[in-house]
Amino acid sequence: MSSPESSAYENTEAAPHGGPRRTEWPLFEIFIRGQHGLSHRHVGSLHAPDAERAMQNARDVYTRRKEGVSIWVVEASKITASSPDDKGHMYDPADDKVYRHPTFFDIPEEVGTM
Amino acid sequence: MYAQMVKSTGEGVRSLDEMDPQERAFQERIDAGGKIEPKDWMPDGYRKTLVRQIGQHAHSEIVGQLPEGNWITRAPTLERKAILLAKVQDEAGHGLYLYCAAETLGVTRDQMTRDLLSGKMKYSSIFNYPTLTWADMGAVGWLVDGAAIMNQVPLQRTSYGPYARAMVRICKEESFHQRQGFDIMMKMARGTPEQKRMAQDALNRFWYPSLMMFGPSDADSVHSAQSMAWKIKMNSNDELRQKFVDLTAPQADYLGLTIPDENLKWNEEKGGYDFSEPDWDEFFDVLKGNGPCSVERLEDRNRAWDEGRWVREAMLAHADKKRAAKLAAE
Repeated sequence: MSSPESSAYENTEAAPHGGPRRTEWPLFEIFIRGQHGLSHRHVGSLHAPDAERAMQNARDVYTRRKEGVSIWVVEASKITASSPDDKGHMYDPADDKVYRHPTFFDIPEEVGTM
Repeated sequence: MYAQMVKSTGEGVRSLDEMDPQERAFQERIDAGGKIEPKDWMPDGYRKTLVRQIGQHAHSEIVGQLPEGNWITRAPTLERKAILLAKVQDEAGHGLYLYCAAETLGVTRDQMTRDLLSGKMKYSSIFNYPTLTWADMGAVGWLVDGAAIMNQVPLQRTSYGPYARAMVRICKEESFHQRQGFDIMMKMARGTPEQKRMAQDALNRFWYPSLMMFGPSDADSVHSAQSMAWKIKMNSNDELRQKFVDLTAPQADYLGLTIPDENLKWNEEKGGYDFSEPDWDEFFDVLKGNGPCSVERLEDRNRAWDEGRWVREAMLAHADKKRAAKLAAE
């Protein structure tokens, strides 16, 4: 039985445990902008040795049916994300500012569309 | 299904009153139709069951390329060859969507690959059957992808966000797969007597293995009950199997082919077909690794991994070299 455990090469995904082992290609998050003028949207992730290859892989994995006209690839480890535990203090301040929504204001009908 | 006999906690479903506040909040969110996202708190069992289920599903997509890959070089026309290539490439893509969903749960791609290659993690029983003739490409698309769709469409509403989103992408593409299979069956069923015989033979061989894809009845399974409470399983195995038979039987009629089951007949009262169960002893035997192609499939995956090693390593070395050159230039 073969396995990814034994390799003559150090510092690769297949290098033996204990050594300076790089476990796998880095993870890239993929963002794609569709044809209709919307912004780039997260579609998934993939592994690649570098950004250039990630771009080629992203084309093959995520745009086989013309889903997009522009691709961003970002190494996942470079992304700083909010934590679900922040939910309270991150978004609470918006709770009592309903006046930020246009529907807060009653405009008399005779004024017309606004 | 593509994930068969996935075990959950085995403890049975607990009522909201028996849960601690954190777990109760989690369950209530699922009950209300909310989504669970990677960084959210989740019970250990939910995480483990999902890793098994999504991993098994991903492995099935990857191993599922092999029976069809068998016919790429022998497709009857250039157009059929291009279509089959596109379909097999889609299967690789589906595997990747699912691996990346599983990775959000904290398991690495390496680990999942290792577990597939060592035989520790399973893939669907259906891919351990051989594809003997070109008509099998029709039967696989029509029946196997058809059965997969039954399961995957409801999974678009599953509670785990990344899994649900992967299923949405997969379902969009899966319909092409089934239609291309049916198209092959139509062509052959209306072809020469010999072609029609091949189509019938493919249906004969793939009918019961397709019914097995849904897994044995799980009406009394504690695992299924827990998975359904967590909304990572949306329907019972019997329910999906019935739906599959009800949709497929008229399609076989249309093709002028006969489903190899003399007990198959419409039951007005239940509003569905009566049909024979597949041989469940055979199913369990195949799951144990004794299917006609079980050894071959794993050998092929292992060979692909081994023979691809130098490519993976060369690409890493190349990326390192480029990075070093860029640093030196700065």
